[in-house]
Amino acid sequence: MSSLLKITDLHVSVDEKPILKGVSLEIRQGEIHALMGPNGSGKSTLAYTLVGHPKYEVTSGTIEIDGVPLNDLDPCERARLGMFLAFQYPVTIPGVKVADFLRHAVTNIRNPARKEGESLIPMRDFRKELKDRMEELGMDVEFARRYLNEGFSGGEKKRMEILQLAMLQPKFAILDETDSGLDSDAVRVVSEGLRKLAGPQMGVLIITHHERLLEYNVPQFTHVILAGRIVETGDASLAHELHNHGYAAVRQRHPAEAAEEQEHQKVTSKAAVVAN
Amino acid sequence: MTTDVPVLDDEIGVGDYQYGFHDPTDKYVFKSRRGLDRDIVHQISEMKNEPMWMREFRLEALDLFYSKPMPTWGGDMSELDFQNMFYFVKASQGQEKSWDDVPDDIRKTYDRLGIPEAEKKYLAGVKAQYESEVVYGSLQEDLAKQGVIFTDTDSAVRDYPDLVREYFGTVIPSADNKFAALNSAVWSGGSFIYVPKGVKIEFPLQAYFRINTQNMGQFERTLIIVDEGASVHYVEGCTAPTYSSDSLHSAVVEILVKRGGRCRYTTIQNWSNNVYNLVTKRAKAYGDSLMEWVDGNLGSKLTMKYPAIYLMEPGARGETLSIAFAGKGQHQDAGAKMVHCAPYTSSRVISKSISKDGGRAGYRGLVKATHDAHHCKSNVVCDALILDSHSRSDTYPYIEVNHDNLTIEHEASVSKIAEEQLLYLMSRGMSETEASAMIVTGFIEPLVKELPMEYAVEMNRLIELQMEGSVG
Ligand SMILES: Nc1ncnc2c1ncn2[C@@H]1O[C@H](COP(=O)(O)OP(=O)(O)O)[C@@H](O)[C@H]1O
Ligand SMILES: [Mg+2]
Repeated sequence: MSSLLKITDLHVSVDEKPILKGVSLEIRQGEIHALMGPNGSGKSTLAYTLVGHPKYEVTSGTIEIDGVPLNDLDPCERARLGMFLAFQYPVTIPGVKVADFLRHAVTNIRNPARKEGESLIPMRDFRKELKDRMEELGMDVEFARRYLNEGFSGGEKKRMEILQLAMLQPKFAILDETDSGLDSDAVRVVSEGLRKLAGPQMGVLIITHHERLLEYNVPQFTHVILAGRIVETGDASLAHELHNHGYAAVRQRHPAEAAEEQEHQKVTSKAAVVAN
Repeated sequence: MTTDVPVLDDEIGVGDYQYGFHDPTDKYVFKSRRGLDRDIVHQISEMKNEPMWMREFRLEALDLFYSKPMPTWGGDMSELDFQNMFYFVKASQGQEKSWDDVPDDIRKTYDRLGIPEAEKKYLAGVKAQYESEVVYGSLQEDLAKQGVIFTDTDSAVRDYPDLVREYFGTVIPSADNKFAALNSAVWSGGSFIYVPKGVKIEFPLQAYFRINTQNMGQFERTLIIVDEGASVHYVEGCTAPTYSSDSLHSAVVEILVKRGGRCRYTTIQNWSNNVYNLVTKRAKAYGDSLMEWVDGNLGSKLTMKYPAIYLMEPGARGETLSIAFAGKGQHQDAGAKMVHCAPYTSSRVISKSISKDGGRAGYRGLVKATHDAHHCKSNVVCDALILDSHSRSDTYPYIEVNHDNLTIEHEASVSKIAEEQLLYLMSRGMSETEASAMIVTGFIEPLVKELPMEYAVEMNRLIELQMEGSVG
């Protein structure tokens, strides 16, 4: 039976300020969803909230996988239940080698009951698997020995996120603007990579402003978020339309949210620049 | 539990510190009374059957110790009671060449510390000091044949009087500071190493220092002479039982690296949290030689230690890599001193400190150049990682240079574990403890990767132990 990620009437605040104002969404394993919306509409907020970022406070609503509530679980427990986020801004962890990090991560995700200090998956198998995945993604195997994201270019960081996705094979993958800031070659690599990985065992939520990723990974559902609410849901053609014509029509169809958006932007114009 | 296992102090929380056990002391050969005076110094000297010059050296140093004030900087020593300490404790009859001949309790302790095991695998020689004296010693035969001397300093005074007299107290005079004076008065044990011209010792020589008695003062005295073109890597480890009242470790380490020689001195200090660790370490590096201190401070209540390198002739290089980890109730005041006494010398200091659970870790460093030391280079980098809001880090870099024909670079940074880094690792299935430990391990990795494999593993293991149960 395929798993279900169910988000019900989610309200989220950052520093006491409400950002998400009632988001509901259901994603099944095997489905691809696109989430689109103007800058500052709350896309990353939703992504961070799903993986349990402590700064994002759920004030009401629920997140469940197959009926198991995630609200009170920490990011580690959520990851072990199959949640994954490809970060919009992956951080650098100095001195930690990609291979060591991934070996720990893969061990924990595959044996969710593992305690600290218990043994890791065998080195040989892991090395082989890592090498295969890196080659599939057209990555230099040398990267395994580098420190995590240290000195990586934008494209290398995003590829590293996809590599982690490939190694961890989560049930639900959220990709937060994984295609932003990349040249077209890199976008192709990432898009093809995702296409190979996404299958009946993975539910995918793609946050994007671009078309390319969606051409390779055609969404069954496209959601539009405006001022912290999902205001429309359609199919792949909606993504296409938004890409070609922008959000003006959406704002016209949803004047209340558009007004809220303007209000929010006035208050937080500085913060919005930083966050985007 | 069988009776031959060393006693664990149940009353005191041994916590994460796994070397907090102690052995019975009833079979000891000799234990001085508490406190310090001329009689005690006489007694030590007599027990050791020393030549007159050494006895006079000691008594002179004792007067210097009395006359010097306590340092007013560094850490809090107000609870350090010199009259409550035992200054000389002899646990066994003498130094053995076979572990089988070392008294059972003591041997088992070293077994638990993994020393005989390590000796078999990757060491060229071992000295095990237990309380005041060395109880076991070994050196690979081929090294002995090449003229390498690796013995305890007591034996060296007897067996190599000329060498010892020539160098003893020349790098660190008794008058250098209060604790150097104290050590000079009551010193016992420590390593004496001589590496003849051109002899390169491939595997490390290791000394292991163990305090067992409560309120014990351990004052080992180490003297290393690396002759021209020779090289050696010396490693020391230290542990002690966890007691409710304090012990004192105050060593003096003097090193001479002659022209073209190399010496690396690695310390992995893991004293229990009731030990004052006040150590003076100094090396003189001559032409085209390389002296390196690798200094890992994880244990003790208070450590004040600033390994120094005097760059005596052109081409001499000095490097200090220092890692300090201060947990609950700990203050690590560690650092480095580089003194450029000649032109065309260079020095480098890399210091990483970590503080958590209210611990305090700092870097105190001095770079100094004499008038004629032109065309010198010095590079100092210190990074501090603070794991929580009630822990503390300090940086005190001092520079004393009277001219500008010298390049000094100094960088310092202080960071906290970023919430974003924790989130990132945790979102990949790492627990909070694992994630923090990974960040800390990564932080010190540039230093740890300088260590030989076995010590790198040991260092990472100790860091993980320090991290366990500390978060959340
Ligand atoms: N970490 C944060 N700190 C402060 N404000 C934030 C933070 N994250 C999000 N916000 C606020 O939430 C709003 C939505 O941000 P975000 O979810 O990043 O939007 P999107 O990803 O759709 O561009 C922003 O306008 C900003 O005001
Ligand atoms: Mg965003």
